Amino acid sequence: MNQLRTKARVKQLIAGAMAVALIAGCSSGSSESAETSTGPLVVYSGRSEALVAELFSQFTTQTGIKLEVRYADSGELAALLITEGDASPADVYFSQDAGALGAVEDAGLLSTLPSDITNLVDSRFRSTQDRWVATSGRARVAVYNPELVSVVPNTIDDILNPMWKGKIGFAPTNASWQSFVTALRVIRGEAEAEQWLTAFKANEPVPYEKNGAVRDAVNIGEVSLGLVNHYYLYEKIAAEGADAVVAKNHYFINGDVGGLINVAGVGVLESSKNTNAANQLVKFLLSVQGQEYFGLKTFEYPLAAGVAPFSELPTIEELNPPAIDLSNLKSLAETQELLAKTGLLTK
Amino acid sequence: MSSRTRAPFALVAPALVASVLSLVPVWYLFQTAFTSGFAAVVDELFQSRTLQLVLRSLLLMVTVTSASVVIGVFAAWVVARSPLRPRLLLIIAFSLSLAIPSYLAAFAWVSWIPGISGFLGAFIVLTFVCYPFVMLPVIASMDISDPMSEKVALSLGRTPFGVFRTVTLGQSRPAITGGALLVALYVLSDFGAVAAMRYEVFTWVIYGAYRAGFNPSRAAILSTVLLMAALVLTLIEARVRSTRDTFRLGSGVRRATNIQFGIPARIATITGAVLLVALGAGVPIWRAIYWTGFDSSNQVQWDVVISSIATSFGIGIVTSVVTALVALPIALLSARYRGRASQILEGSTYVAHALPGIVIAISIVYLGIRTLRPLYQEMPLLILAQVLIFLPLAVASMRSAIAMSTQSLEHVARSLGAGSMMTLLRVTIPLALPGIMAAGALSMLSSVKELPATLLLRPTGTETLATQIWKFSSVSDYASVGPFALAMILLAVVPVAVLTATTRHGVAR
Repeated sequence: MNQLRTKARVKQLIAGAMAVALIAGCSSGSSESAETSTGPLVVYSGRSEALVAELFSQFTTQTGIKLEVRYADSGELAALLITEGDASPADVYFSQDAGALGAVEDAGLLSTLPSDITNLVDSRFRSTQDRWVATSGRARVAVYNPELVSVVPNTIDDILNPMWKGKIGFAPTNASWQSFVTALRVIRGEAEAEQWLTAFKANEPVPYEKNGAVRDAVNIGEVSLGLVNHYYLYEKIAAEGADAVVAKNHYFINGDVGGLINVAGVGVLESSKNTNAANQLVKFLLSVQGQEYFGLKTFEYPLAAGVAPFSELPTIEELNPPAIDLSNLKSLAETQELLAKTGLLTK
Repeated sequence: MSSRTRAPFALVAPALVASVLSLVPVWYLFQTAFTSGFAAVVDELFQSRTLQLVLRSLLLMVTVTSASVVIGVFAAWVVARSPLRPRLLLIIAFSLSLAIPSYLAAFAWVSWIPGISGFLGAFIVLTFVCYPFVMLPVIASMDISDPMSEKVALSLGRTPFGVFRTVTLGQSRPAITGGALLVALYVLSDFGAVAAMRYEVFTWVIYGAYRAGFNPSRAAILSTVLLMAALVLTLIEARVRSTRDTFRLGSGVRRATNIQFGIPARIATITGAVLLVALGAGVPIWRAIYWTGFDSSNQVQWDVVISSIATSFGIGIVTSVVTALVALPIALLSARYRGRASQILEGSTYVAHALPGIVIAISIVYLGIRTLRPLYQEMPLLILAQVLIFLPLAVASMRSAIAMSTQSLEHVARSLGAGSMMTLLRVTIPLALPGIMAAGALSMLSSVKELPATLLLRPTGTETLATQIWKFSSVSDYASVGPFALAMILLAVVPVAVLTATTRHGVAR
């Protein structure tokens, strides 16, 4: 009796499950066919909302194209895109750094951008396969306190001098610092990179939580020199006034790897059914308006439309950054292993 | 006894469905790991660095779990047995540290005492975040257990501490081991605290595979190590539980059991309780207030804070109700129909708990994008992911409460002709209400602070308290983080207070 009833119930359950599966299947089919219509443009943004939301809303005001923006960590979004594959709802991927774009490109998920877009950006600052373009740049610098420093180091090898022992600040978990180390590995090779890091560690650099904290420590003289991005100094001046800031930026201008320019960039997904609008957004980011936004709001380097950088910055030509294919900055995992090995990342 | 009766189908079917669902991440991991080939898996796992990091994870797990058991049992004892009052305030104060995300708690400490980073900092922060996992089920178990046993032991000449050690602890053993398992799994899966404290453990390489390696299949391969660890821990816990069985035959008479307290004992208890609250919840709260007031030009956007509270609260309520409903059949089977099958069902819900939230999230992405496309990046999938993450919390606290409740009333009900379902609904579940409520509280608290799954699976534009805190802390805007952190802690008071009130009502029949 009991067993019979159980069997009947199992049948009911299976039938129910199949019904649910059928419904799910049908509705997914119908929604796919509807997707070719021009819904809002879906953007996965690794750049923070605080930084870019205003620019996105300017785009919507001007073009009438609505955006649906999903903000998260650039690397996690890259992993998300790779997991989603062809079925991704995303049209545009806006990343904080070139490495994550390179990984999504390698997974075959980015479409080739039309030449009227790629022509806007110097070939140093776009993918070699034209599948992503940089939207702004940030230079690595040594921020220093002129009251404590009379001779600034000209290369990253100069800061290995014992005169800097215990006087250098850095942010071990910061992505731009790690990109610099990746560039060091790519340009000088693994062995020499490890050598440099070991010597750097021996000079007892002082770790801070974030780049902003390094800059503040330099400004009050807690350390003499800090390895950060160029714009942190100008953020502080904008927030607190020039009188409150004694620190200055020193640029590594002789092609030294210390003067690496990192970029944020954008690509359009191969699976996008909204390519026209997506390309329009990319063009907008590279327009005078978009480039001036980055130049003035974040003090980053504009990289297109002939927009000059913020007046106190040297131009890119004056900076003379080291030559490197930015897609090669994607071997970040190996960098973290090397940093952990040399005792510079963890405790 | 009842274990010989067949489990009702109405319990088995939903338990099976829940178990299959909680194995989705496991299925995804193996699917993804082995597409890169068996050789790649072996190559990735058998590196000296992998082993070294696993050992560091285990060290942190063992120390945090031990400390959490000691502190959690102390806190439960203060609530359930000591003369300190009022009870409601004590439970709330002791539970607050659970409401604080580990990355935020860690940042609160490290921004106050930078030198604390490393093992010590990770140990301190994780212990404070985790001890309520032990405390809440143990309170429930102490509430249900027969206080007369303690009186009898006292009258037979045991010292108060002897009574505590043998009787009170003995009765709470299933709750303690269940809670300890949850702590251990949580520590294995945590990334927030160890990242902020710069203490490198195994989750570093998993997160590194996503954030730095942009390589989900490498992350999947590495995650299988955590699955194995979870499997072993679950087996150990089941073994400990079955060798030390807790039974309760008579119902006993509930009476106040205030053991006589000397002045020194009172002072020690109060000092311990105050210190616990000050360090566990006090430090993060103080830091959040400090951040908020740091920049006087900072205008708090209260409307945004309030709408984020509403969203977090809504998601939390739905998640905790669904989690409790899904967990109940498993907990009932595991407590009342013990055997290999129910053990496997229960164990299957635990393994995923050792996985970092982002791994669960990516596995739900993998499932959702292919088979549940209309629900993708909609609320139901986010709720599903959260339910999978918190299911073990609910199962553990329910199971220990059910195991502690008397079986004789069930026998009476059966002898009076009630069917097994009727007995469960009318007798077993009402008796286990404190445990069910504790399960709801734990899921709700965890849901409000959950970040990695929410970030990837939320409907676009949905902002919870956790996503707001992430948004501002990622650009170092701690003045804006402060109000959301305080709101999160405040929001935690609601479920704990309501549930505590319900719990007492449920017991005082």
